[in-house]
Amino acid sequence: MNGARHRQWGGGLAIYAFAYLAFLYIPVLLLPLFSFNDSLFIAFPLRGFTTKWYAAMAADTQMRAALWNTLRVGATASLVSTILGLLAAKALTQSAPLPGRGFVLGFANLSLFIPEIVIGIALLILMTSMGLPLSLTSVVIGHVLICLPFALLVLMSRLEGFDSSLEEASRDLGENAWMTFWRVTFPLVLPGIIASLLLTFIVSFDDFMLAFFLCGTDTTLPVYIFGELRFPYKLPNVLALGAAILIASAALIALAEWARRLGAEGPARDRVIGA
Amino acid sequence: MEGSNFIRIDKVTKRFGAATAVDGVLLHIAKGEFFSLLGPSGCGKTTLLRMIGGFAFPDEGRIVLDGADVTDLPPNRRPTNMVFQSYAIFPHLNVRDNIAYGLRVERMSAAERDARVDEALAMIRLSGYGDRKAQQLSGGERQRVALARALVKRPKVLLLDEPLGALDKRLRETMQIELRQIQRDVGITFIFVTHDQEEALSMSDRVAVMEKGRVLQVADPKTLYERPVSRAVADFIGTMNFFEGRLIGISDGKATVETAALGRVEAPTPSAGTFAPGARALIAIRPEKLLLSHEQPEAPFVRGKIVAASYLGDRSQIQVNIPGADAPVSVVTQTSTVFRDGEFVYISWRSGGPLLIAE
Repeated sequence: MNGARHRQWGGGLAIYAFAYLAFLYIPVLLLPLFSFNDSLFIAFPLRGFTTKWYAAMAADTQMRAALWNTLRVGATASLVSTILGLLAAKALTQSAPLPGRGFVLGFANLSLFIPEIVIGIALLILMTSMGLPLSLTSVVIGHVLICLPFALLVLMSRLEGFDSSLEEASRDLGENAWMTFWRVTFPLVLPGIIASLLLTFIVSFDDFMLAFFLCGTDTTLPVYIFGELRFPYKLPNVLALGAAILIASAALIALAEWARRLGAEGPARDRVIGA
Repeated sequence: MEGSNFIRIDKVTKRFGAATAVDGVLLHIAKGEFFSLLGPSGCGKTTLLRMIGGFAFPDEGRIVLDGADVTDLPPNRRPTNMVFQSYAIFPHLNVRDNIAYGLRVERMSAAERDARVDEALAMIRLSGYGDRKAQQLSGGERQRVALARALVKRPKVLLLDEPLGALDKRLRETMQIELRQIQRDVGITFIFVTHDQEEALSMSDRVAVMEKGRVLQVADPKTLYERPVSRAVADFIGTMNFFEGRLIGISDGKATVETAALGRVEAPTPSAGTFAPGARALIAIRPEKLLLSHEQPEAPFVRGKIVAASYLGDRSQIQVNIPGADAPVSVVTQTSTVFRDGEFVYISWRSGGPLLIAE
């Protein structure tokens, strides 16, 4: 009796889980589906298979310029935020706790919860009041700001439990602090650095809000896509572009997760407290 | 003693906030000596070792190594190398590269470096292990790699921070012998930190017993065991029976103490401490210095009742209640006589057994 009820509940749960996943992914999967549909209109029934939208997308020079802008902004923002995040994570995970560690940590991550529209407006006001022109540089500044908490979290989880006696052993064996970083710390933290670079790149690549406020005349890809939506005949191009981005970011996230796990069994976690 | 000032630790004090971890420690260590810092956790032994290695810096005092003041030098500029408690084997490098790590800093040819690493691998009997990673090594093998990695630098002093603590009992005993052997072969001064008194006694030329940041006694193992200068040292090294009493006289280097439990006991007066007749005094006797019998022995003796008897094969450990003693008296015997719980026995002692200890 109990078992039968169990099965009944189990069946209900399976349906719920399926509906849940369908709700999450079907809208997204419609994008690649319609990007191969031979029609200007996004509607069932499908009209026939075509790759012409992809060809049109590839031929669009404005789109290519926007993509190039996005890649440059993403690369710069991820590099800067990962370097800054590494320095901060190193300081925050020292075995001798930094004074005010909790305070710094709390505030460093609090910026995750500031709405991007607020950050966008704030930076816009700041830039214009300082007389700085809006450009890709201002977008990079905004992106570093929103990427930093991600970099910090990824790198701190990597550095936590790092056996500080490994660095001490390196100093003991004759290396200075700089070479100790390159010969011991860096190789052991590398998986975390890679994960942080990929993750922050995606955050920057995806961002519409800050780029919209700060990019001026140099559009990034999300801003470009938003602009294109005004022209109905360009919609299928946007679908093709969206599908391409979807696959690229899924691949990047998988890579980031792989790098993060690669290191999970990395540095020795057996730390013994001495007298 | 020739070279007895090889390492001079000159009134070194280290504080962490309000706590004093190391308190005015004064030690001279000779060249080639196997020297142990022994004490319970928190006694300051590891902090002192880290100051010698350059991982912590004294608030007061100087550390002089082979005539050079190294007090403020970082670890990479000291002629010392350390075997860490966690071994700190670099997990991203194999055994060979771990051992060669410190040699890459020095300017030498690849051929010489390889030769030195091969020599070190042979010394720790891990010649075929060069390509293994740290994760593929057992605890004992890691310990030996850490030792080789430090010794290959040919330091003037090797520092060892409880290197055997993580090993099981049998492996620890093997490694104690091996470590002592290696130390004799290379002739390098070893400073060894441990909380295990047996380990310290069995391996060291001399031992400094520490408590609460201070050095209580520095002596060779035999002196430490047979002539402890204080109750704390006597208590920490081996098992000791204590009997409180009052000093009633001193003559010819012998003190007579009136105790509640043993009556009048004669003991040699120690060189340290001042003793005045009428003062409170402490008599200490090792369990193996007490004799146990069913028949009445020659005086001096006392009578007591066995409260616990354990047969340990090569010896028996027996607890005896005697009137006037604070705690049951511990006796170790190696005779074939069988002693049982509840029996009444005689406890006797010979001259040389009882020690007078300053309180």
